[in-house]
Amino acid sequence: MSAARVGVVTFPGTLDDQDAARAVRLVGGEAVPLWHADRDLKGVDAIFLPGGFSYGDYLRCGAISRFAPVMEEIVPAARAGLPVLGTCNGFQILCEAHLLPGALTRNASLHYICRDQRVRIETAGTAWTNSYEAGQEITLPIKHGEGRYVADPETLAELEATGRVVVRYVGGNPNGSLNDIAGVSNEAGNVVGLMPHPEHAVEELVGARSTDGLGFFTSILKKLVDA
Amino acid sequence: MSTDSVKRAEATPDEQLPFAELGMKRDEYDRVRDILGRRPTSSELAIYSVMWSEHCSYKSSKVHLKQFATKAPESDALLVGMGENAGVVDIGDGWAATFKIESHNSPSYVEPHQGAATGVGGIVRDIMSMGARPIAVMDSLRLGGADQADTRRVLPGVVQGISHYGNCLGLPNIGGEVVFDPCYIGNPLVNALCVGLLRKDQIKLATAPGPGNKVVLFGAATGPDGIGGASVLASATFEEESAAKRPAVQVGDPFMEKLLIECCLELYAADVVVGIQDLGAAGVSCATTELAAKGTGGMNVDLNLVPLRDPSLSPEEILMSESQERMMAIVRPDDIAAFMAICEKWDVPATVIGEVTDTGRLVMTWNGEVIVDIPPGTAADDGPVYERPYHEPSGQAALNADTPDRLPRPSDLRATLLRLLGSPNLASKEWVTSQFDRYVRSNTVLAQPADAGMLRISEDIAGGVPTTRGIALSVDGNGRYARLDPYAGAQLALAEAYRNVAVTGARPLAVTNCLNFGSPEDPEVMWQFAEAVRGLADACRTLGVPVTGGNVSFYNQTGSTPINPTPVVGVLGVINDVSKRVPTGFTGEGLRVALLGETRPEFGGSEWAHVEHSHLGGLPPQADLEAEQALARVLVEAAARGLLEGSHDLSDGGLAIALAESCLARGVGATVTVTGDPFTELFSESAARALVAVKPEAFEALAGLCSEHEVPCSGLGVTGGSSLVVEGVLEVPVAELRETHEGTLPALFG
Repeated sequence: MSAARVGVVTFPGTLDDQDAARAVRLVGGEAVPLWHADRDLKGVDAIFLPGGFSYGDYLRCGAISRFAPVMEEIVPAARAGLPVLGTCNGFQILCEAHLLPGALTRNASLHYICRDQRVRIETAGTAWTNSYEAGQEITLPIKHGEGRYVADPETLAELEATGRVVVRYVGGNPNGSLNDIAGVSNEAGNVVGLMPHPEHAVEELVGARSTDGLGFFTSILKKLVDA
Repeated sequence: MSTDSVKRAEATPDEQLPFAELGMKRDEYDRVRDILGRRPTSSELAIYSVMWSEHCSYKSSKVHLKQFATKAPESDALLVGMGENAGVVDIGDGWAATFKIESHNSPSYVEPHQGAATGVGGIVRDIMSMGARPIAVMDSLRLGGADQADTRRVLPGVVQGISHYGNCLGLPNIGGEVVFDPCYIGNPLVNALCVGLLRKDQIKLATAPGPGNKVVLFGAATGPDGIGGASVLASATFEEESAAKRPAVQVGDPFMEKLLIECCLELYAADVVVGIQDLGAAGVSCATTELAAKGTGGMNVDLNLVPLRDPSLSPEEILMSESQERMMAIVRPDDIAAFMAICEKWDVPATVIGEVTDTGRLVMTWNGEVIVDIPPGTAADDGPVYERPYHEPSGQAALNADTPDRLPRPSDLRATLLRLLGSPNLASKEWVTSQFDRYVRSNTVLAQPADAGMLRISEDIAGGVPTTRGIALSVDGNGRYARLDPYAGAQLALAEAYRNVAVTGARPLAVTNCLNFGSPEDPEVMWQFAEAVRGLADACRTLGVPVTGGNVSFYNQTGSTPINPTPVVGVLGVINDVSKRVPTGFTGEGLRVALLGETRPEFGGSEWAHVEHSHLGGLPPQADLEAEQALARVLVEAAARGLLEGSHDLSDGGLAIALAESCLARGVGATVTVTGDPFTELFSESAARALVAVKPEAFEALAGLCSEHEVPCSGLGVTGGSSLVVEGVLEVPVAELRETHEGTLPALFG
């Protein structure tokens, strides 16, 4: 069987695309570069929306990217079940595109914050977390200025009740997110967004000097093989 | 409104131009008249005034800086030396690194956020223009006293500016310094360093060869940024209009810079660039004169073609504008279509504004009239050179005589340790560094608070091949040491950066420097400068590390009071196998702790004298360069042989602070014994020392290596437990160390 093909999208201002592609390759997948201006998903099996400052984060984080030509392909594909993971700016884009509920606002501290953050995987039931155990605590880097997750009370209650809070901050909420939410999924569990960066925790030598983030990448490969 | 054309200048030889308002001396102006054989046009005056400014021409420093070349050590590593946008160093396996540090001091005082942000932007473009991919930044920051009101304006702004710009560019920030001292209250120092990576055969230079080749301006449009001087010109020469107040500080757009980076790398990979130059200080004036001077020698430019953000700009203002995120490339006519297609892909505006000629003249037109016609080298290279008078400051002897010997020694060393550890200069800088992305690109092996930043060499560059190599970088300075003895102070700055690179296991290779001083017109300041340059050049020769480039920042003074002379030195090193890097501090329990190097009672300019007695006097620690070199050899070889589990350099605050920081690195305590006077052993700042932690079975091999290189090696104790214990002297729980160390900056800055 050929390697699972994971598309990594580059918008103008995307920063973590090389990192995501490297993580995909590390677990044996094929990373396929996707360009924001092309309405072409190149037949990939899953999509990674990396972090960065797409379109300079002008207007509002993710607000311009959601209108990129590539998003016109990603949105219907995701609604039809294509696995999509957005981290950081990718999460912001998924919220702006209404593939995920809620919004990411300015950190409560008003400072950009970069640190290794303890988080808990709340559900192993998504396409991107099935390699973890529910309740497992891991350390992932966070690095963002606008990562404070907010949603209306009904949405929050629904997310909690239906197991769609995928990742939660533990040992201190870094940005004021409601319910300490670090990541959420859509109803089907194929679309996940999170502020932490699993792609920076895949090698002992660099980044957070841990491999705690590898599970996101092994999860999607496992999901694609099983499918 | 008439244009001051060459024709008009010839017709009106006696018209007065406001050269003095542009910072030009009468004799400098007369020289321009001699060169041109007529009065300059206002546009020509704009060019000469900025190109001959201190900032661009190094007119006061040149005669001293040449020692970096005449005393340069033999080095196989140097591929491109001083005089280009940045130096380039061979790091092996076909790879090269380019790095440089530059000041953005005054703008960061006027407008801290934009001043610091555009400082990062400028140095990153210097690195890009060498053909490299920028891969990391560092910054060396000096501010007024931590408790002074204006520091609460400047520091948060500077940190936000660097954070916003650097994070948005996707460059990991891997280290630097933050130093507080009241001498910087009106003159904060913001020195930004960038390092880039390229293949040895991909070096680009700022040159415009080949008549007929096109001159392309690309990136942001030109606006009225940083051109205070030009409006003087415009209003003096013409009646009105363009005399509107122009902002003195430039505004950065990191998103455009990120696009420029990716666009340039694609242009290089497509091989459609003959020569390239970034636009920084002096903007179009600098880029056109320098490119032309280093190329075939001539260039024609139609200034009407420069894309403007503000259509009311006069040609003088266009020439002097310091709008950010702009580059100028020389492109073969056949490659223009390919060049433009790549720019379009990245949404980077690009415009052909002229072409290379063999006339030996830089000719510019405006509305069809010739407004500039000069030999470009006269502006770029033949600026004035001054032998400024200098003499030792009148108070220097008294300062050196006032040694710390008179200061009372403390009886409670535990309290002394905690006061130092919590003092703003030694306290944790996490409040600052947590606002910078240190992870992006996933090549960061070490970042602060490690002694040096370290990056692996990733092959994601055109033509790249896998390698086990990595590079390490440290940037250091000590204004108090340099105030006491600028010759030794500059050497100590180099020694510390060199040592910081070596403790991580990397071999120091090359140097960049940022020389921050007061006014060169003050003979006492000039003496400090001359001594510092002489000291640094001598030390570079002894240590075998060439200076590859750098920057001089003069006029850092308020009224007649200059800052402490502050040479800041960056050292780049290479480690053959990056997996052998040595982490900073105590990495586990049960390790043996050893002190390498010799401790003498040296307290002049020390943190102890500063924090406990606000005292500055005597002489700084001895700069023993042979000892530094021997220590570095031990550290590099020990790392390569896998002997070291952790290490830490000794510098500000001495052994006591190094022990505390080593415990804090991973929350591992230690129990050690010092022989001799505990105060001297713990707080002296003798140079050429490092702390290492080794597995017990590796200790003998380490001791053997040390004796082979004649480096003193004393076993101090072992790691483990939850406290730092100095037997019979002090005991502090690591948790208390942490609280003291981490509480200070958040309490001051929120």
